[in-house]
Amino acid sequence: MSKYKVDENGYYGNYGGAYIPELLYPNVEELKEAYLRIMNSPDFIQEFRHLLSDYVGRPSPLYFAKRLSEHYKTKIYLKREDLNHTGAHKINNTIGQILLAKRLGKTRIIAETGAGQHGVATATVCALMGLECIVYMGEVDIQRQAPNVARMKLLGATVVPATCGSKTLKDATNEAIRDWINHPENTYYIIGSVVGPHPYPDMVARFQSIISEEMKQQLKEKENNEYPDYVIACVGGGSNAAGAFYHYLDHPEVKLIAAEAAGKGIHSGHSAATSALGKPGIIHGSKTLLMQTEDGQIVEPYSISAGLDYPGVGPVHAHLFETGRAEFISITDDEAVKSAFELCQLEGIIPALESAHALACLSKLNFKPDEVVVINLSGRGDKDLSTYMNFLK
Amino acid sequence: MNRINKLFETKQGNILSVYFTAGFPQLNDTANILKSLQESGADLVEVGIPFSDPLADGPVIQHSSEVALKNGMTMKLLFEQLKDFRKEINIPVLLMGYLNPVLQYGIEKFVQQCAASGIDGLILPDLPFKEYQEQYAPLFDQHNIRNIFLITPQTSEERVRLIDKAGNGFIYMVSSASTTGVKGQMNDQQTDYFMRIKNYKLNNPTLIGFGISNYDTFQTACQYSKGAIIGSAFINTIENSKDLKKDIHSFIQQLTTEK
Repeated sequence: MSKYKVDENGYYGNYGGAYIPELLYPNVEELKEAYLRIMNSPDFIQEFRHLLSDYVGRPSPLYFAKRLSEHYKTKIYLKREDLNHTGAHKINNTIGQILLAKRLGKTRIIAETGAGQHGVATATVCALMGLECIVYMGEVDIQRQAPNVARMKLLGATVVPATCGSKTLKDATNEAIRDWINHPENTYYIIGSVVGPHPYPDMVARFQSIISEEMKQQLKEKENNEYPDYVIACVGGGSNAAGAFYHYLDHPEVKLIAAEAAGKGIHSGHSAATSALGKPGIIHGSKTLLMQTEDGQIVEPYSISAGLDYPGVGPVHAHLFETGRAEFISITDDEAVKSAFELCQLEGIIPALESAHALACLSKLNFKPDEVVVINLSGRGDKDLSTYMNFLK
Repeated sequence: MNRINKLFETKQGNILSVYFTAGFPQLNDTANILKSLQESGADLVEVGIPFSDPLADGPVIQHSSEVALKNGMTMKLLFEQLKDFRKEINIPVLLMGYLNPVLQYGIEKFVQQCAASGIDGLILPDLPFKEYQEQYAPLFDQHNIRNIFLITPQTSEERVRLIDKAGNGFIYMVSSASTTGVKGQMNDQQTDYFMRIKNYKLNNPTLIGFGISNYDTFQTACQYSKGAIIGSAFINTIENSKDLKKDIHSFIQQLTTEK
């Protein structure tokens, strides 16, 4: 039994659980009873794998970034989740959950989104399956991620603005949960990250674990060793990191690095660096590290990257942080943008702002020349062009 | 004897419970609202602890929480406001709030403080039933604080009976699958559910809440249970009130008297 995977009660060490109002109990219980049985059934596996290969375009390449490697004097590989259909890792999870929702007989799909990548990925699979789709998105994020809003609408989804609080991912998640409370019988909630009540964190991690499953095979072919020295991924809620770490959790020789958004600086009051600023608390149905006041009110986070703009982390990451299994590195807005520009110029790849936080870890670590470093390039930067353009001026 | 148990022993029906958010509309209204509610004939009061992210609440209570927090409401201040309230208030009073602020305060200290202030019960919607049973029941019992559980139309009979067996005080029957503050009349589906629960002949009395906004909905609820809980409609009433005492009195009058 891995000490980094979820236990039978839905906890990762001290974190996790299902802190939900009674109104959601039947839904979450139904999912808890069904998810492993459905995910492990042969027809599910077949359909899931088929869509991942023919629709999403998996396996995503593991690309040896030669010029970036020369620059940092080590061997850097990029796991190209940005090349997936819809432009990010999010689709791995939405394909899995929509197949699950269909098998549970649900007809109406809801989702929350920050950067819009999960919203687009959900709208996409709903179109594919012919299901109604409602996406909650913070009003601030609707402004800063306009291309993704347009994509969701084109795909037939209804985008509902979340107008409370900081008007970002946290608030969109609140609204999605309220919608679910109001429609408990026909509606399935596709959560986009390893957050929420058990079994969501485990389920989403399992769907995203395809990332490290492929990494192992690809590294074996390229390096004749499945186990790299480092795996680096950004963490907002933490789904791409959960997937990139998954098959390496019990191999301590693989160093796991989680890049958090420090915003304008950890102590600037404009940050989303949860491991640095958070204390144990409850958000969106799970116990985890949470940015909050002394009085237990949730703090409104800030990051230039809408996908990392979240005051908590998935419970698995809280556990990886507490046990020291993963090292958390805080990256400021400016450092992330600088790294994004560097990747554009050295490799001809425009990364998402979220993924740029993972890239920025390269200058914070000391690598040996023969070490193998894998960066999970979780998404592409098309959606962030207007933000990048502001820095070009 | 706990005041909640005593209430249900002495009054057989038409029990009116009113919810308001502490710190709303003004920071220091808590004691005045409690007093006016008692004088107007409310049988039980739920004082809400405002939270930044109230997941089970609709727009009205969300707004009241936001205002209360902006006004500067904190847990510490709430307990200061409640320090001497038992000198004047003898109806049962519960605190209702989300778990995170309670955990940050320290749940043991919180329950002790409730008991010391004269609070009779707690409603913590996101504290799971199982978690309460396994971790907190002895603490609550030791301090004679009732933990009130919710049931909904989707709650299975088996689970309703489990909750009834573990419960003490009353059971909070959520009237429909919704967040708080839904308006309109009760439909057949809801009354069927109320009837179903009534026929279970539970050990604990039930109060119906969520969607109780006027005389009609209050009366309907009272036909199937010991009474009802009203929240959002009350919050709307006090929001712009210039005379809390008068407005609270007429609100309770309208609610309990046929037009």
